[in-house]
Amino acid sequence: MTEHMTGTGIARLEDVESFRLRARAWLADNMPRLIPGENDNLEALMQRGDGIWPRARELQRLLYDGGFAGICFPREYGGLGLTPAHQRAFNEECAGYEMPLALNTPTFSICGATVLDMASEEQKRQHLQAVIRGDEVMVQFLSEPRGGSDLAGVTTRATRDGDVFILSGSKIWSSGAYAADWALCLARTDWEAPKHRGMTMFLLKVHQPGIEIKRIKQINGNNEFCQEFFDDVVVPASNVVGEVNGGWAVASRQLFHERNAVGGGSPYVSGGVGPPRRGPGTHALIDMVRASGQSDDVYVRELVAEAHAISRIQQQLITRVTDGMRTQQLPPPAAAIMRLFAGQASTRLAEIGVEILGSHAVAGGASGEHGPAATGGQASGVVSPGADTAGPVTDGQGLDYGRSFLMRQAGSLGGGSTEMARNIISERVLGMPREFAADRDVPFSQVRQGR
Amino acid sequence: MDFDLTADQKLFRATTREFLEKEMPLTRVRELAGGGIGFEPDWWKRGSELGWNSMVVDPAAGGDSISGEGLVDACIVAEEMGRLVSPGPLIGANVVAAALSEAANAADHAEVIAALMAGEAVASWAVYEPRRGWSPMTPTVQATSDGSGYVLSGIKDRVDCGDQADYFLVTAGGPDGLAQFIVPAAAPGVTVTAEQSLDLVRRYARVDMDGVVLPATSVVSPAGTVEAAVNRQIQIAVALQCAETAGAIQRVFEFTVQWAFDRYSFGRPLASYQALKHRFADMKLWLEACQATAGAAAHATARQAEDADELASVAKSYVGQRATDIIQDCVQMHGGIGVTWEHDIHLYLRRATVNRAMFGTPSEHRRRLADILGV
Repeated sequence: MTEHMTGTGIARLEDVESFRLRARAWLADNMPRLIPGENDNLEALMQRGDGIWPRARELQRLLYDGGFAGICFPREYGGLGLTPAHQRAFNEECAGYEMPLALNTPTFSICGATVLDMASEEQKRQHLQAVIRGDEVMVQFLSEPRGGSDLAGVTTRATRDGDVFILSGSKIWSSGAYAADWALCLARTDWEAPKHRGMTMFLLKVHQPGIEIKRIKQINGNNEFCQEFFDDVVVPASNVVGEVNGGWAVASRQLFHERNAVGGGSPYVSGGVGPPRRGPGTHALIDMVRASGQSDDVYVRELVAEAHAISRIQQQLITRVTDGMRTQQLPPPAAAIMRLFAGQASTRLAEIGVEILGSHAVAGGASGEHGPAATGGQASGVVSPGADTAGPVTDGQGLDYGRSFLMRQAGSLGGGSTEMARNIISERVLGMPREFAADRDVPFSQVRQGR
Repeated sequence: MDFDLTADQKLFRATTREFLEKEMPLTRVRELAGGGIGFEPDWWKRGSELGWNSMVVDPAAGGDSISGEGLVDACIVAEEMGRLVSPGPLIGANVVAAALSEAANAADHAEVIAALMAGEAVASWAVYEPRRGWSPMTPTVQATSDGSGYVLSGIKDRVDCGDQADYFLVTAGGPDGLAQFIVPAAAPGVTVTAEQSLDLVRRYARVDMDGVVLPATSVVSPAGTVEAAVNRQIQIAVALQCAETAGAIQRVFEFTVQWAFDRYSFGRPLASYQALKHRFADMKLWLEACQATAGAAAHATARQAEDADELASVAKSYVGQRATDIIQDCVQMHGGIGVTWEHDIHLYLRRATVNRAMFGTPSEHRRRLADILGV
């Protein structure tokens, strides 16, 4: 038994194993099972329009009512106040069940975590419980069309007008914004201060007058990413998170949670997601090897083993880095180590996929079943033993690996590029000199801007 | 290094590090290399008094761990030895002592176990054979029954610390299938010949066995139990080896980062160039991943977990490759001085290269992993 402080004093935490057994029993009685080809592929489900979001809210509500939502969020904000070990146990028990995975990132692991760390008591009470109940979906309004990695160069403008701010500008790469309720939006409030000291973070209602949302289609057909256009949007001053012109502190915390989430180390991710999301799972890959008659090929066998090793090592690394940060033997920026591994892993796994599948990854299967817009992501083929003429390869499922390959670089871009991760590791973990920045200590209005 | 060492483990690490830094600094390692011996028996005995060879021994046979996970404790020693490229038969002593203590007839081996724990005797796992790669389950050494005992004939080579070992753990084919024996180096018919080694102080030898007569009590794993025994030996050897390699790359990375801060080119430290910073970031990532997977293999082996075989091969396939990648890149960071005899980095590169190849290459472990996964 572990002890920890709560608002009411010292409470005894439930033992991890007893929590696990209780979760196992509850899941079996209450959660819908995964059905291969129907609800087991998040990437595929996302392309069916708005369907996943109402469903995710419904599933989250089920978890909340059952007492298994917000495992690592404090009790006073609607969570369970338990430890990452409890969350890991729960995630392990979730295998085979349909879970509201769409809410993990960014709602829980990035936005919820940032609100918990940085927002006012009133804001926490307003938003966290709603998030944990499945009533509120959150989104990040950080990146801008001209921004890229230079996040602190935001040019979305927020101008104070009495009790409100008036927002204008544009944000991009916000996942699921069209279905979200609230955003964490970073905007410039002081143009004469150097860039890091003139920004403010707002809790912004997503659907309101002056906000137009456009969905962006990616090369794998996914259209979850959005761009938003703000035209004199009114935001109450009470929606400022942290201090006015102190937005960078909030954004920095948000980026920390983002690296943690993308690297796989967030304690707020629930439902057994487990990176890498883009790479082929070992079992699916083994099915493909069998179906393409390559089981005896030593080179192919080695590639499967390598893919499996990468996935295992990724989990081992996450455990190690998380432990290191928790015990302060690694500084918080070490979360970038997990993020960089995730990028390198998804690159190599995509490469292994097309190497093993060969021509099956680029052509084959009856047309019409899997058009070019069909999904990437995990293949879930089942092989009938001895079948020569039917099976995942001849069904065209090999193309999933080709499509994953086309999207390969997304794993090194989303959640902060691997180049930024390398800067963070070398500068803030190893203590090497910072890169020269032409905009340091210069009023933002005088900083040169490209197009 | 584990981030969750207990206070006792931290103390043990500090004691071991202090002993090695005082008794076996790199200058001493270089002297040994020049003098033509791998390690001094007296030094090994004194180190053994710290518990280096007792922790993986089954408690019923006199073993005593620090944390309850004896192999994890032994890996602390391996890691510290990697930091200083220490000589000595740590891997062989632990693999053989564990095997003897876990044998059904452990009582028959009590004397040897006690001598190994005390560092008074040295043992080695003789697992390679001439003209062959990693194939521990297909030996050509043969054992025949002679009524009261066995007669062994055949050759093992690339035997770790072979020319200083008192005992060899040998797998041989026999009338009922494979069996494992403990073979005294002093037994009539055993001829040990020193071989070359890329490592300056980790020596290898060839062991010729010509009609070596052994008593029945020399059996360690009887027919039918060898596969499980060998898998356990692989787990222990690989965990210790990966821990040692992890210690080596940790140390190399530390002094190379320091070099990048101290060395100036064009009026700036090397550490200020983004092209180099990004390579250091990659190295840091691989280093942490090596530590993570080596640690996971050690814990799984110590707990005799279901996936211990799998995690041993996962670790070796990764650490073997990445460690030499890291050290070679650190050589590059050093420039020309990095390929001189004078600079210590080659001592580490030698050790990491030997560890990469021995007890299964990364490629051999990927093939083994594919077998385990049922590809």
